[in-house]
Amino acid sequence: MRLTQGAFSFLPDLTDEQIARQVQYCIDKGWSVNIEFTDDPHPRNTYWELWGQPMFDVPDAAGVMFELNECRKTYKGRHYIRLSAFDSTHTWESLRLSFITDRPDEEPGFALERQEVDGRAIRYTTRAYAANRPEGARY
Amino acid sequence: MNAIDKTVAADKPRSRYSAGVMEYRKMGYWQPDYEPKDTDVIALFRITPQDGVDEVEAAAAVAGESSTATWTVVWTDRLTACDKYRAKCYRVDPVPNTPGSWFAYIAYDLDLFEPGSIANLSASIIGNVFGFKPLKALRLEDMRMPVAYIKTFDGPATGIVVERERLDKFGRPLLGATVKPKLGLSGRNYGRVVYEALKGGLDFTKDDENINSQPFMHWRDRFLYCMEAVNKAQAGTGEVKGTYLNVTAATMEDMYERAEFAKSLGSSIVMIDLIIGYTAIQSMAKWARRNDMILHLHRAGHSTYTRQKSHGVSFRVITKWMRLAGVDHIHAGTVVGKLEGDPHTTKGYYDLCREDFVPQNLAHGIFFDQPWASTRKLMPVASGGIHAGQMHQLIDLLGEDVVLQFGGGTIGHPMGIQAGATANRVALEAMIFARNEGRDIVYEGPEILKAAARHCLPLKQALETWKDVTFNYSSTDTPDFVPQATAAE
Repeated sequence: MRLTQGAFSFLPDLTDEQIARQVQYCIDKGWSVNIEFTDDPHPRNTYWELWGQPMFDVPDAAGVMFELNECRKTYKGRHYIRLSAFDSTHTWESLRLSFITDRPDEEPGFALERQEVDGRAIRYTTRAYAANRPEGARY
Repeated sequence: MNAIDKTVAADKPRSRYSAGVMEYRKMGYWQPDYEPKDTDVIALFRITPQDGVDEVEAAAAVAGESSTATWTVVWTDRLTACDKYRAKCYRVDPVPNTPGSWFAYIAYDLDLFEPGSIANLSASIIGNVFGFKPLKALRLEDMRMPVAYIKTFDGPATGIVVERERLDKFGRPLLGATVKPKLGLSGRNYGRVVYEALKGGLDFTKDDENINSQPFMHWRDRFLYCMEAVNKAQAGTGEVKGTYLNVTAATMEDMYERAEFAKSLGSSIVMIDLIIGYTAIQSMAKWARRNDMILHLHRAGHSTYTRQKSHGVSFRVITKWMRLAGVDHIHAGTVVGKLEGDPHTTKGYYDLCREDFVPQNLAHGIFFDQPWASTRKLMPVASGGIHAGQMHQLIDLLGEDVVLQFGGGTIGHPMGIQAGATANRVALEAMIFARNEGRDIVYEGPEILKAAARHCLPLKQALETWKDVTFNYSSTDTPDFVPQATAAE
């Protein structure tokens, strides 16, 4: 399966030039770009691991692309990596854009577990197949 | 002699309160020197007096009838601080290019209204006065809500920012579809449409306004099958999905029962129709806030009073009331789709939903600066007769904080519902991606779509199927300060 979180998962995988242009768009808007990675892609796994802090003061996309490549050196092929842009504007103060840049070589997907409860109701649990293995050894 | 024509001098309290009838303008409802206070609620009415009725007297009558006045002088006024409670018409302007109609500005003291109650506000402002005989027609065009009053409302239960955080979706419009056919599907078949659309790439599906609990599908059946579909699509894509379960019903008790059931099944969103009434809407907003639920509002019925310019209530006023009342989603027009929507007027509605401060903009039909004082943002929804081939126009006109709903444009795809959903999602992502790269999407839109279709067969088919379908009629509800009714480009 292909995990479709993030703004651009339905497009072909992005090239570095394309990623850099999206990063530049965020920087031009005054947003801080942040790199995160995880090997637990559950849709409700909000807190991916931080690769450093959001880059508040980089002048252009090159600094972000450097850090992205550093992150890839450790995690590429074994983890998802995403970029997120934070907007500190009053009444927003949250993310403005988030997209996946790198995926593990294989994405095994999710099991849907159904627990039959009262009446015909069912309690659903989504479980990532990858998360069956220990942290760090999932892909 | 009509009561409104009779003149009695009223300079002194003694003569002002002698028994009989008196012109409204002389009873204190016309005060051209009045400076509205920051805490006043201001209403702008479009008034069309009966032939021979003076516009100032008609405007003063509207102020009177929507606040303290009755048709005759009452001595009991003198037991009150009546000057404070009288609404004051302070300005009457002719409507451009419309002989016989005037804009009347009327200020209301904050003490006239119960805090946090749209029911009370509307009972005053659009109560008796709309049937007042000396007027041919009356329309509430806009209202300035003072911060002091806004702060008595909870505002949207969730708001755009928190909704995006919960859904983990940022930087692009959300995508939805209304399940079709809207009537007749069994619960099992209905859930099939939900699953296919969500699996194919939509974020939301939606019950239509008149799907409640009919012989062909009981509400519990719909909820159960829909949640199976939502969870299955979520596991199939690794992405948060939802379906607006319509809890509209005959009584509050029924609505609470349905909403509780939706919650127990793990739904993240429920929906209501505008026709349930302001009090029921506020009750459901409070329920949604207590239960971490997103609340979708379908504006069923609004066109009966919003569409004609001469009489009724403008949708911009309804938008303001609904942001205060606390819904999270509101249908606010598509411009390019099948339903009424002038581009400038629609832009005004979208600003009122999403901005924290909306400056006066007559060309957009916004008559007053409107501060929102950090009230959460209301997500506008564009639904009705739109398709993937219009993606560039939709993003240009409506921005990215909007739910784009392609019902027919998803389910009517020649290769099936999943293909339809994928086509819409690819078109959307490609267009946002191109916009962010600095491309001029209005101009290059068709080219961007064609390029995206090269790696997406369903999009190619969608573009071929709906090529140039558009609903290009002149709107009836247009701003008065642009010369012509405008059709979408």
